[in-house]
Amino acid sequence: MPLNNTIGFFRILLTLILAMCLRIVPLSDDLALLNPDWVLLVLIYWSLYLPDRVGIFHAWIFGLFTDVLLGRMLGQYALAYSIIIFVCLKFHKRLRQFPLLQQGLFIFFCLLLSQLLLFFIKNLQHPAQLHASFWLPVFTGTLIWPFVYGVLSFVSLFRRIK
Amino acid sequence: MLVAVVASIALLVTEHQNSQLGGVRTTLSIFVDPLKYLVSLPNTVLDHLSDSVVTYQALKTENDRLREEQLVHQTRMLKFAALEKENIRLRALLENSFKLGEQVLVAELLSVNMAPYEHIVVVNKGTRFGVHPQQPVLDANGVVGQVFRALPFTSEIMLITDPNHAIPVQVNRNGLLTIAVGSGQLNRLILPFLPSNADIRPGDLLITSGLGGTFPQGYPVAVVDEFTAQPNKAFATITATPKASLDRNRELMIVWSKSVPVPLIAKPESEEGTPDAVK
Repeated sequence: MPLNNTIGFFRILLTLILAMCLRIVPLSDDLALLNPDWVLLVLIYWSLYLPDRVGIFHAWIFGLFTDVLLGRMLGQYALAYSIIIFVCLKFHKRLRQFPLLQQGLFIFFCLLLSQLLLFFIKNLQHPAQLHASFWLPVFTGTLIWPFVYGVLSFVSLFRRIK
Repeated sequence: MLVAVVASIALLVTEHQNSQLGGVRTTLSIFVDPLKYLVSLPNTVLDHLSDSVVTYQALKTENDRLREEQLVHQTRMLKFAALEKENIRLRALLENSFKLGEQVLVAELLSVNMAPYEHIVVVNKGTRFGVHPQQPVLDANGVVGQVFRALPFTSEIMLITDPNHAIPVQVNRNGLLTIAVGSGQLNRLILPFLPSNADIRPGDLLITSGLGGTFPQGYPVAVVDEFTAQPNKAFATITATPKASLDRNRELMIVWSKSVPVPLIAKPESEEGTPDAVK
């Protein structure tokens, strides 16, 4: 897939803003436990398919925004996102060739790593009890990846078709 | 990569040592807060719609009910005014000081979901309205929580049922002091620090004790609903149900309490240093 320079910066920004909205959308208590990390999924997609547009810096900035949005300690999402986007950028050429199933496996480990980092930081702050449901967003995020992939590839191809 | 990691870790460390990162957060929140309003927009619109699409009959019944309620409250207030005067007089006899009343600001809840394990809600009033952290938040029935973080356009409120929240309370019946800790469930508080022989019964009303300085004294917090004495343990298991309807209300009141008590009788200058000696 050639790098498409016509894809506007605004389109990427818009998808990220949408992802942040989805992150705080009001849900019932049970569904809220399942709400995946939309921002990270969108960032992973863009870093895999437009690695020259979305880099670690963007991931870091949007991580910081997520911290403020969710009222977390400043820097914890920033740290997790920049590390994961670093990994994605490192392997983006290989990952783009993978079938969806293998990609899904990679996404699973990315989300797991991010959740682990967040848990470590939370634990350093003050020792916390760990619910088993803390890991649920990892699974739902993986399951929802094909959907994110489909929507975002539609978004990135939209203007080229015309 | 390294820069990002180092920068995030630096941020985490400085925030953990609770230094002045409020400025950074405030600046960033100006970009992020509109999203909170955006996400809660559908709910707000629905509320407005359901408010404006009401039959005349329904409005009339509600109006009647409200007028009746108003009457009842007004009569109660009459008595309250007399009681307050009496209280002031009695305190004056004891040469005690009387706390001035509080000022409130009505804030509306934004329907956003911050973190599933924490009972933190977002309201639409922030530092632009003078809200500051650790202000008590009430609703019509009782204490809701306290302002946890105030941003320019929104503020985050920690409910009393959050696992990290504790509120100093006293039993209204006999003045027994204790602390109510959040349980993580919206309908339950835990009183972990009372011995098995404590004088507390199901149905007892818990009010704020005013200790700790965050919450003004005398607001209802919860009703004790279970008391289990465990003979083999040092402390009893006591649970209480919050008075405020934490999961239902949309309007909350943020309270400014005047924390400086005003002495009723001007004391002579010499006694100023030792007011407690008189009691």
